[in-house]
Amino acid sequence: MANDGRPLPTPTPETQHYWDGAKQGELRLQTCNSCNHTYFPPRPFCPECSSRDVKVVKATGKGRLFSYIINHLPTPGFKPPFAVAVVELEEGPRMMSNILECEQTPEALQLDMPLEVTFVKESDDITLPQFKPAKS
Amino acid sequence: MKQRSVAIVGAAETTTMGKVPGMSQIQLHADCALNAMADCGLTAKDIDGVATAVHQPTEVANYLGITPKWVDGTSVGGCSFMIHVRHAAAAIEAGLCNTVLITHGESGRSGVGRPDRAGPALFETQFELPYGVSRPPTKFTIPVMRFLKEYGLTEEHLANVAVVQREWAAMHSRATFRDPITVDDVLNSKMIAYPFRLLMCCLVSDGGGALILTKADRAKDFPTKPVYILGTGESTESPVISQMADFTSSRAFRVAGKSAFESSGIKHSDVDHLMLYDAFAHLPLYGLEDLGFVGRGEAAHFIAEGHTRPGGKLPVNTNGGGLSYMHSGMYGMFALQESMRQMRGISPAQVPDAKISVCHGVGGMFAASGTIVLTTEGP
Repeated sequence: MANDGRPLPTPTPETQHYWDGAKQGELRLQTCNSCNHTYFPPRPFCPECSSRDVKVVKATGKGRLFSYIINHLPTPGFKPPFAVAVVELEEGPRMMSNILECEQTPEALQLDMPLEVTFVKESDDITLPQFKPAKS
Repeated sequence: MKQRSVAIVGAAETTTMGKVPGMSQIQLHADCALNAMADCGLTAKDIDGVATAVHQPTEVANYLGITPKWVDGTSVGGCSFMIHVRHAAAAIEAGLCNTVLITHGESGRSGVGRPDRAGPALFETQFELPYGVSRPPTKFTIPVMRFLKEYGLTEEHLANVAVVQREWAAMHSRATFRDPITVDDVLNSKMIAYPFRLLMCCLVSDGGGALILTKADRAKDFPTKPVYILGTGESTESPVISQMADFTSSRAFRVAGKSAFESSGIKHSDVDHLMLYDAFAHLPLYGLEDLGFVGRGEAAHFIAEGHTRPGGKLPVNTNGGGLSYMHSGMYGMFALQESMRQMRGISPAQVPDAKISVCHGVGGMFAASGTIVLTTEGP
């Protein structure tokens, strides 16, 4: 277990499927059956057209480095400097992540570099989706 | 709302700012409120509306001895006070109350008597905090790498924002930082959250400010030079930075700015003075572009060409901004105070003959925005 003291999420009824998916090694998004919009973070309705007719879908786990900072401030559970990134998924939605298996430097962290999802078990209940440079 | 139907007749900051460990946060509210009342010759008995953020308006009203007929506790971060001005103007025009006091006080540096601010949004606790974001320098800054890449800009462009604002701060005896700085000074300052160095980040200060608004037709009865509200706007976007729709442009800025310009009926070329809330050095770039003063990707060059510095055609952040003047945590009130000084003709960095000032705020990272257009010219 990698639990390093970082704050962990408390799933809510609307987000439980996402965290269950992560435990099973799946990155889950939602798609609207009415307008076909795929979105994140989870909620049981479409933020684009307000329809409640939505389904959970499995993401490919592929994306690109959209933007980031390298945090130099003391942060519980982290060893600065470390990158806090936003990843843009192939399906369109963006999500926050750290960038694992990569030097935490501006030289190594190039915008638009391809990334792929990986999963880190933090506790019995929580597995965090994380991203690392994609193997080509 | 009708243009120029409401005026700001009282405006003041706390007696001292910067490091004020001898005052609790509620007393900072009261200190600037009493200064604003003295400014326009009123007492608590003359005020029937109260707006504030973080603290409840009930607490501020009771502490000062005010009996309100109207309150507003909109608390959406540092632009809450721009939004209070908008709401108060609408309330006065609608006859809900006559004279509104808007206060801000924050013991941002000393932390004396500081209540908890609203907790993080659900999406932040579940989808951001586990990845190591914490204080604003680690969140507000995240979009900027995309902004720089999109427009072919460098860290020097960011640093230059701080350099130019320091030129304005030098004229203000109350500014915390007044000594000139260079781009190299900024780029050699301590790394906080790459690409942001210390001098690209705002101060952390104690202080406060207050405004008093009333009907424009009463404004000439006051001892101070009245300043009229010409137009207003407000909006919100994502409460979490990772879900901001466009990392190179704020929707909340665009919506609030458009409302303010349309309701005031002015053109950009009519604007003599501009305040753009600058918790970090990238915000004036977003502000200039999203309010339409320049095209997308042009703001950094506009600043580099000297247009926003003393003597430039569009003076911006003439108090030195949150980067150099002061930043309590919710800086919007201090941007409004400098717009008021400019409209009254009493700023230590006075823009000659300034008649229209645009004051634009941001709150909760890029979550909220408020824009106010002020003018010296009454109905």
